Amino acid sequence: MGTEPAAQPTAPVLASSARDVARKWITKYGLIVILLALPVFFAVKDLTSPEHDLSRLGNNIFQGISNGTILALIAVGYTLVYGIIELINFAHGEVFMIGSFTASQFWSGVLGVGLATSTLGIVGGILAALIVAMLTCGLLNVLIEKVAYRPLRSAPKLAPLITAVGMSFILQNVGLLWLGGSPASVDDLIHAQQEVTNILGISIRRADLVAFAVTIPLVIAMGAFINQTRLGKAMRATAQDPEAARLMGINVDTTISMTFLLGGMLAGAAGLIYALYQTTIWYFQGFQGGLLAFTAAVMGGIGNIKGAVIGGLIIGCLQQISDNRIGAQWTAAVVFGYLILIMVFRPQGLFGEETREAG
Amino acid sequence: MSQLGDRLPAWSSKAAAFTLIAFAIVFPLFFNQASGWVDDMTIALAYVVMALGLNVVVGYAGLLDLGYVAFFAIGAYCTGWFASSFYSDKDLHFLTSKFGENAPLGIHMNWLIVVVIAVIFCGIAGMIIGLPTLRLRGDYIAIVTLAFGEIVRVFALNGDTVKVFGFVPFFGGEKLTNGNQGISPIDGIAFIPGSTPFNPLNLRPWYWTALGMVLIVLFVNIRLRESRLGRAWIALREDEVAAASMGIPLVKTKLMAYATGAAFGGISGAFLGSYYNTVSADQFAFSFSIFILAMIILGGLGSVWGVVIGSISLSLINYRLIPDVLNGVPGKVGLDFNLTDLNFGIFGFLLVIMMVLRPEGLLPEKRRKLELTEGIGAGDAIDVEVVQP
Repeated sequence: MGTEPAAQPTAPVLASSARDVARKWITKYGLIVILLALPVFFAVKDLTSPEHDLSRLGNNIFQGISNGTILALIAVGYTLVYGIIELINFAHGEVFMIGSFTASQFWSGVLGVGLATSTLGIVGGILAALIVAMLTCGLLNVLIEKVAYRPLRSAPKLAPLITAVGMSFILQNVGLLWLGGSPASVDDLIHAQQEVTNILGISIRRADLVAFAVTIPLVIAMGAFINQTRLGKAMRATAQDPEAARLMGINVDTTISMTFLLGGMLAGAAGLIYALYQTTIWYFQGFQGGLLAFTAAVMGGIGNIKGAVIGGLIIGCLQQISDNRIGAQWTAAVVFGYLILIMVFRPQGLFGEETREAG
Repeated sequence: MSQLGDRLPAWSSKAAAFTLIAFAIVFPLFFNQASGWVDDMTIALAYVVMALGLNVVVGYAGLLDLGYVAFFAIGAYCTGWFASSFYSDKDLHFLTSKFGENAPLGIHMNWLIVVVIAVIFCGIAGMIIGLPTLRLRGDYIAIVTLAFGEIVRVFALNGDTVKVFGFVPFFGGEKLTNGNQGISPIDGIAFIPGSTPFNPLNLRPWYWTALGMVLIVLFVNIRLRESRLGRAWIALREDEVAAASMGIPLVKTKLMAYATGAAFGGISGAFLGSYYNTVSADQFAFSFSIFILAMIILGGLGSVWGVVIGSISLSLINYRLIPDVLNGVPGKVGLDFNLTDLNFGIFGFLLVIMMVLRPEGLLPEKRRKLELTEGIGAGDAIDVEVVQP
């Protein structure tokens, strides 16, 4: 941001310091105030209504969080890739879509798991599909990097962006040819909408439990991988400075491939949860999901994994509140409006360190 | 290509340009309506205008804009608002074409006035989108512009449920757009008040109008590049901090880039709205922004002639090569599927192939090429490969 002037020496001391304090306050808390505006508004509205009931908002937020886990998984993929090669991987949303397709087609087509299968069979089928979807998407992502991004690493910065878009179009078309142009329904294997328990009026459904059961271990495992293993350390080093990492003997190419593998695997898992959760899949889901997840990554501070996860949960909540209260057709505008406000008040995101780009 | 250009005498490029323009003027006379060539080329020329506008923002000033479709939308909606029967409870005619005995209700203005309105609206919208990006750099600008484009699309889509605020004079309480149904028909273009408007039966006047727009915008683009403002944009692109310390007003220069680019988009949008004869929300998808961006990157960022070549070739690929030429191929090979389903896949494939083979674009700007080959100037660490000993 380097162009912002420091406190002007000629200005009165008091006025300038007051302005500085205000500016500091806005950068520090402005974003949080904005984020809270929507839920607080509806909370006040609910409380002042005759029922005095907050459970609807509670439900919105809970479902938003569980829905947000899917976005969080995708967002981590964006943030990893952006952190390491500073590229908006537009094809990532489509990788997530392919994950949904692979998982659902694998358990129904290859394993033959359906609604009539026993519980044990369903659990086993889902686990097998999870592994297959994660591997497929991980390898697909590595392949995309090899074909479309690696040859352009020394090219102008916009060139890989265009190949990313090209890959995203290709994958969308693969999805279109695979399951056709209209949303396809998936067997409701987990009886997603069935309520398990109800705490203080907040209904917890089986879909929520499955989403948490898949996401939480994955995020923990991934965090451990990045923080503790040698390869994870190499990834962080490459993200910080690719040239220095190369000089230190890190194989930058392998590290970048690993990053794509990891991001793709998480997208595959997200795709599986999405298929179980929504029970409809279609070739265009990757576009919307990808944009929302990218927003989440930016909100958390791009390049920051913790930020991407929390950003995903927040976007999930905003999306749910907007779907339920304002109308689903306006959700995109609400989320993107938030994105613009974030960029105005806190461009580095909630937890962002200054990246090379934003700095 | 540029080496060849350096060796030829100075007048040759001018001669080539004049030959090209002369050819472009007589081009539609060689084809009849049914061949579809005039139609395809008219659209291609309108895209050239749009690509040249985006080139100001992305190519000259280096601000990556992923929401350019917003300006196409605003320009097109200007024809919907001011040159159709959409607001049928109004009755305003201003310098319009010959409608005959019973002039239709609604707001009908001369197309040139609509263009002026579109330029003003888009210029303002460009500045509005520019404002939040002033503090940002690089890909963050891309995200904000993308978000802006999507917001405009959502409003276009749901505009039939939105009523304009009551305090807006004349339009208060009216519908904003007509959603996916679209506003149709739109008035044809008639430059001289009282003349017969252009119609779909004879596309040649449309083509020549588009060509005229291209020539004007090309001239403006080339002149702007050499102007004080244009040099300020390039300085900004090369190094923002250095530009600021040399006394270039960052805010004004950036906002001017957004406004200029947006205005070109608005002109083209106003033309396409009238040419397509309908303005509906599904025309303004995110992929359109990418389509235009691909044109300028393929042609060569910042290079005016590269952008022209890039936009004509991509739009011909999209509207001619894939649907008309290649469509028969699967049938001949014995496969049974419709190639138009694969339209976007083929398009994506071509984008990948072309970028991998020639990442600097078909006709790169000299200055950029220098940066690429010699590794000077470019500030991005990852762009510059370490030279192996």
